[in-house]
Amino acid sequence: MLNAGGYRSDGRRQYELRTISIDLSPQGSGADGSASLTHGLTQVNVCVFGPREAKMRSQTYHDRANVNIEVAIAAFSASERRKRGRGDKRILELSQTLKSTFEPVIQTSLYPRSQIDIYIQVLQQDGGLLQACINATTLALANAGIPLYDFVCAVTGGVHSTSPLLDLTLLEENDLPNVTVAVMPRSGKVTVVSMETRLHVDRFEEIFRLAGEAAKAIHVEMKKSVRDRTEQLVASMQSVGRPPTGVDAGDEY
Amino acid sequence: MVEITIRKRPRTEAVITQRKFFKKTARGKVVKVLRERYLRDDVACGIQGCRECSTEIPEPLPFSGSSEHQLYPNGHYLLPDTNVFLAQMDLIESSLFTPPIILLQTVIEEVRHRSLPLYNRLKALTKSEDKSIWIFYNEYRSETAIVREENEIPNDRNDRGIRVATAWYNTHISLTRPPIRGQKQTPHPTVVLMTEDAANREKAEKSGVTSSSVRKYVEGMKDANLLLDLLAADGSQEIEPTKAASGRQALYPDYLPISTLLAGVKAGELHQGHFNANQYNYLEGSVPVPAFDKPILLVGRENMNRAVQGDIVVVEVFPEKEWKAPADEVVDQEATLKNDDAEDSGEEGDENGEEVSVKESRVLSGSSSQKPPSERQPTGRVVGVVKRNWRAYVCHIDNTSLTSTLTTSLSTQTVFATPVSRLLPRIRLRTRQAPILLNQKILVTIDRWDATSRYPEGHFVRALGRVESKEAEQESLLLEFEVPYRPFGKAILDCLPPEGDQWVVPPKGEFDVQNIWREREDLRDVIVCSIDPPGCQDIDDALHAKLLPNGNIEAGVHIADVSHFVLPDNPMDSEAAARGTTVYLVDNRIDMLPSLLGTNLCSLRPFVERLAFSSIWELTPDAEIVSVRFTKSVIKSKAAFTYEEAQIRKDDPNLQDDLTNSIRLLNSLAIKLKAKRMAAGALNLASPEVKIHLDSAESSDPIDVEQKELRETNSLVEEFMLLANISVAKKIEESFPQTAVLRRHLPPPKTNFEKLQDILRKTKGLSLDVSSSGALAASLDICVDANEPAFNTLVRIMATRCMLSAEYFSSGSVAKNTFGHYGLASKIYTHFTSPIRRYADVLVHRQLSAAIGFTPLHATLHSKSHVERVLDVVNRRHRMAQMAGRASVEFYVGLALKARGEQAKVRGEADVKEEAFVIRTFRNGVGVFVSKLGIEGLVTFKRDTQFDAENYTITVPGAKKDVKISVFDKVIVRIEVEKDKNTQRGKVKMTLVEPVDSSAL
Repeated sequence: MLNAGGYRSDGRRQYELRTISIDLSPQGSGADGSASLTHGLTQVNVCVFGPREAKMRSQTYHDRANVNIEVAIAAFSASERRKRGRGDKRILELSQTLKSTFEPVIQTSLYPRSQIDIYIQVLQQDGGLLQACINATTLALANAGIPLYDFVCAVTGGVHSTSPLLDLTLLEENDLPNVTVAVMPRSGKVTVVSMETRLHVDRFEEIFRLAGEAAKAIHVEMKKSVRDRTEQLVASMQSVGRPPTGVDAGDEY
Repeated sequence: MVEITIRKRPRTEAVITQRKFFKKTARGKVVKVLRERYLRDDVACGIQGCRECSTEIPEPLPFSGSSEHQLYPNGHYLLPDTNVFLAQMDLIESSLFTPPIILLQTVIEEVRHRSLPLYNRLKALTKSEDKSIWIFYNEYRSETAIVREENEIPNDRNDRGIRVATAWYNTHISLTRPPIRGQKQTPHPTVVLMTEDAANREKAEKSGVTSSSVRKYVEGMKDANLLLDLLAADGSQEIEPTKAASGRQALYPDYLPISTLLAGVKAGELHQGHFNANQYNYLEGSVPVPAFDKPILLVGRENMNRAVQGDIVVVEVFPEKEWKAPADEVVDQEATLKNDDAEDSGEEGDENGEEVSVKESRVLSGSSSQKPPSERQPTGRVVGVVKRNWRAYVCHIDNTSLTSTLTTSLSTQTVFATPVSRLLPRIRLRTRQAPILLNQKILVTIDRWDATSRYPEGHFVRALGRVESKEAEQESLLLEFEVPYRPFGKAILDCLPPEGDQWVVPPKGEFDVQNIWREREDLRDVIVCSIDPPGCQDIDDALHAKLLPNGNIEAGVHIADVSHFVLPDNPMDSEAAARGTTVYLVDNRIDMLPSLLGTNLCSLRPFVERLAFSSIWELTPDAEIVSVRFTKSVIKSKAAFTYEEAQIRKDDPNLQDDLTNSIRLLNSLAIKLKAKRMAAGALNLASPEVKIHLDSAESSDPIDVEQKELRETNSLVEEFMLLANISVAKKIEESFPQTAVLRRHLPPPKTNFEKLQDILRKTKGLSLDVSSSGALAASLDICVDANEPAFNTLVRIMATRCMLSAEYFSSGSVAKNTFGHYGLASKIYTHFTSPIRRYADVLVHRQLSAAIGFTPLHATLHSKSHVERVLDVVNRRHRMAQMAGRASVEFYVGLALKARGEQAKVRGEADVKEEAFVIRTFRNGVGVFVSKLGIEGLVTFKRDTQFDAENYTITVPGAKKDVKISVFDKVIVRIEVEKDKNTQRGKVKMTLVEPVDSSAL
């Protein structure tokens, strides 16, 4: 897990996060905002539709928008092929966690009687699933132009004997006690703490703080990608009237 | 706050950073696994003063390498490949082997994959202070990470990785040391790839990497002569091919391929187990396997097929009509194989070999054909070895195997080394120092055992000292039982309190800076005393008792608070965990904790304040527990008694002081506690314990041996310790159901007793009920012979040998209904009372302390796997410590006998004669047990005797008429210590005096 030279099984050191790549170009048909995010080998696609008129009367609220989150995990995403249906307990739990995370962050009161649909597709899993889902959803919502109070940035922390580790891979996640923490970096508020293993009380505080700090590092990355995307859009809007350049053509349809 | 960074890697790198492979799961499903790795540029090269790599390295390699080697005058670093570590670990470990070594990650992983013991040795080596070894994580450095190519086997990939790393080092060194204008350029040190693989060397030379074979390298070293002996036999082959190797006849069948073995075991056609050699007959061994009640018997050299004691082997069982019973003959390999020549044994057509096989086959055929079918055991042959468990063995050089003309020369010759343990075969080794090594104890490792060679081949590791010198004997004993005996290192001693032996319990109140008194109970006024064997320095328990106003009795057991000083997860703790237990030898003690703690700060000495962990009960006068509580405390013992002193004090009616009365009170309770325990079915077992009288502390020459005496006060202490252990066990199991450290003793399988029951029935007409521990205890009580008081003890000793040994375990890892302790007839048990000398007790202290909310439980004790791992080590150490202790007693008994024999000779008396009991009968001898000395011996007859295996008797021709000897008969034996002419090792030799004199037989 962590060898004598201080390297983890994939060559990272204790406090190093996996590579993050973010793609905010539109995907799917007619989504209002979408994001594709990878943490190392964990890959998640999120599409956001809305705010739009609610499909069902029963789920409309007169004072705010309804947030609907659906998660699908591809059968080929893990090393063992396994199909998870919609009613799968783990998926329900995951979407419920996400829903309760994002409901208070989205400024729902701006859109009464409407609905925001978030569809999450997990394409590849290598640890840190919840973390990837949260980060990707934040980005997709921002991309869709839905007003948020703040970013929500999540990261997983674990502990090997007494040394804390950040951003665990599946291998590490299976063996070590771990906790996923999501924070709103601007206010420093913690929105999610999820722990499914036993973690010693003495270690918890240390890891909890560390994960909070790491989430801020991720925030920098996420903010940059949103800004880049916006700049790119602005640039192409200014070029309207001129023939589109090759680079932007793909983003325009 | 630490620095948190994101490792970025471009998508294009994926080819080299991602690794895809297929894995078969335990269920047989094939899954695809994708892993990635992050390549970096900050993996340090470890060379002192390197401008590129980070400079803060604790122990860097020297700047200019080592220039002591004659082939590399410009200085060099050594970079060995995996096979060097696998085959030549002894060489690398030698203190004479000092070049700076670069150890690649690839190599470490491969060593771990191939052999765990070697990996552990390698790990220890990297930590030792007298070696300069740098671990280079080549798989994580961008320049040296490589990807397995198509059609490349893993082995080749690793070899290539090692070559690439070597080449990188060379360029790295030249790049970071550019020539400076105006200064004369000093030549750079080279990195030498050390490998035994000629093809690999060739490829290395082609790509411009300097390489060397082990032998060539060692030959150029300073101490080549000494180091060459350490080379394993593997390495010597290509240099001087043994004569006519191809023409050799295979003496043993080849092993089956490993895949066939595994498939066979899985299908149930083959059986896997540990190989146990028979100590009486070197041509026989057995392998216990789950499929049969009795172990599988292996008869003859071919069927044992090169298995060595402790190896994990795979056995094929013969059809049932070929099953045999174990032979009842003593076969000594030294006697049979005396004339075998070390140089050429095992070669085709030599007369010697013929002679040996004729002899052996005679021995084998003469034995078991007429045995009753009930005694037949499954019989089979070894078809493969899954895992060798070879280690270094203590041996003597057999001087008959030396070529006589060469006894003074220093040229290489092949000799036999005879291991001290009777379970091992002779080892053939090549050495240049044979004449010097005669009459010394030496360490020898087995390297290989070819099908064409009768004996395994090994190499010399180091000499321990002269035979029979106390130092050599003691060290060899410690090595043989793998007892870690090195002095404590600096890091460990740094964990001791800085005050040293000036440390005292601080006064209560504001001067208590460290807050030691926090939540500690002040028991300094309680009348506490300790009772121990004479000369005990590590007092870890003390007791008290007093009458309560309500008629009940308060009794307390106070145990040294070791966990206050030994904190979890520091170097002292890890060392104690690795040592597991203190080892008691006759004249020495190998401590588990540094002696400052063991014999001073933790020891509950009288008249000083000491920290303790107390367990205090309220008991009714009938010894029923009303309540129990546990607390950390401070006590001040009022006296330290020996068992004898306490006994005398208790029995003296004139003494009426508080201390004496409390001993009486404790004693009365202990008697009732014991009665209850016995009623519940606890066993009263016996083991032959003897005490060695030493002349004086310095010379430590033994004068005499006597049996240990047991007093009432021994039992007093024992009962209260048992009570404390049981109470603590309940408490920690309740608080930590998953990880509580407990001790259990499984009930022995009934078949273990079959032979003893049969002997008892046939010779004495007694029966033994083994249905439960209570029934066994009851039937042992009636196993008495009116004429022979010692008979009962003897049966108890033999019954004890049929049982399993107790073990530590973690409560979460076994089913709850197997927690019981068979011998003590307790549902739950642990060890709490001797934390100074047992590591399990330290863990129990920590858990109890957490259970009462005194300290939080350390993270590692929450992890079941961690606790299991620690307890595995402790269990093994515990067993080894017991065996080492027994072997030490045996050695001293031998010395004492010798001394006694010499005294007798001076006085003009005859030799030492003792009463003994027959415990086994063989075709050509009897096994006897001398209870007075606590030793077992073997009396062998050269002439054939009439042997009745069915009734365990042999008939020996006496002076007038034949005499029948059966098991349990009392005989008188003459005991002498004689030196083996070849190996110079002292041997106890016994001959019968009564009923017949066997010296002529």
